[in-house]
Amino acid sequence: MKIGLFGFLFVMWILILAGGGILVAILGPFSISGYGDLDLLLTSVLKAIIAIILVVVWILVLSKLKNWIFKKEIKY
Amino acid sequence: MAELIIPAIVSCIVAFFTVYFVTPPLIQFLQKRNLAVKDMNKKDHVMVVRPGGPSIIAGIIASELVLYGFFQINEILAIMITSFIAFVVGYVDDRKVMGGWFKPVALVIASTPIIFLGTYDSNLAFPLFGTVQIPALYLGLVIFMIPVTGNTINSIDVLNGVASGFMIIASFSLSIALFILQNYEMAIISLPLGFVSLAFYKYHKIPSKIFPGDSGALTLGAMYGTIAIVGHVEIIAAVALLPAIINSFLFLSSMKRIVEHRQIKGKPVEHTEDFKLKATNDKTAPVTLVRLILAGGPLSEKQVGYAIFKLAIFSGILAIITAFMMRVVI
Repeated sequence: MKIGLFGFLFVMWILILAGGGILVAILGPFSISGYGDLDLLLTSVLKAIIAIILVVVWILVLSKLKNWIFKKEIKY
Repeated sequence: MAELIIPAIVSCIVAFFTVYFVTPPLIQFLQKRNLAVKDMNKKDHVMVVRPGGPSIIAGIIASELVLYGFFQINEILAIMITSFIAFVVGYVDDRKVMGGWFKPVALVIASTPIIFLGTYDSNLAFPLFGTVQIPALYLGLVIFMIPVTGNTINSIDVLNGVASGFMIIASFSLSIALFILQNYEMAIISLPLGFVSLAFYKYHKIPSKIFPGDSGALTLGAMYGTIAIVGHVEIIAAVALLPAIINSFLFLSSMKRIVEHRQIKGKPVEHTEDFKLKATNDKTAPVTLVRLILAGGPLSEKQVGYAIFKLAIFSGILAIITAFMMRVVI
């Protein structure tokens, strides 16, 4: 078996670690105030939207990486 | 710590031997009822019985009941109920051909005991960077996690022994990670998954005497996902599962939709004259982990299985490194 799959696994792992860092750095300190009881809900909803955007970006990056790492294999 | 040793040993013995002794009569029962499918990767006409889910769920329920006798905590109930619902979902799919959306949607129901029993923590912990509190998003993650882990293990159940062998490596890696994080109670609660998989592997390894079926694969995956949530090791669990996640990712990114394997017309893999597995050039077939492994040339079923196990061991090591990194915050 070629090194490609191990490389792809390793890159995915690095992306998870980096993604975690971005998530903690961006979402951690993020909070909305001034809306009373709705503060927590609005903060959660906005955090969810940002996290979903980050996941979509993560999948796009991974998809590009997959095509780059396996460009020879995925010629179908 | 010492008081945890007896429950750990007893539950592991119960998990292993329940599956070890229940599977042979289950094989006989399924043979009598002619519940068998053709093993597509064998040269001769070999029929293999399925599903092995009943023996897997018996091992899980028996061992977790033993543990519940020692520790009356909701986490064990969540594992048992979620795994059982996943088993029922899988069993329905084993007996009746359901649509591609059935399993993911039905497995959402399986995740509800985790929420109702309050066995989750909305803080998501990352290695090196600490935790982030995401109450609303975490609920979505709980609902999302069980269908993902269940279907991910199901999607890797393509060759003799792969699903159970992969689960042995991933679940023991997760248990080691829980020990490293000093979450001893959850580590012990997670151990039966590895022992159930180990006992089932005896009958599932090449040449298979029984296939786990959807009921077996979904049960293993759902239990794994539940342990990840109630043990607060979601990221480590995802890392240990990476080869299976890659398989699902490759499949979905090539097919661009959720589709059952039986609905796909193109074949990703074919057989050589000496019945080795070989990647095809079929553009309509999905890209899968097995297809990428075979891109270098034809391999026997056993060799492909071992290649997947090597990837699983590599991910398991990364998961254990991740557990050590969890204890370090920059």
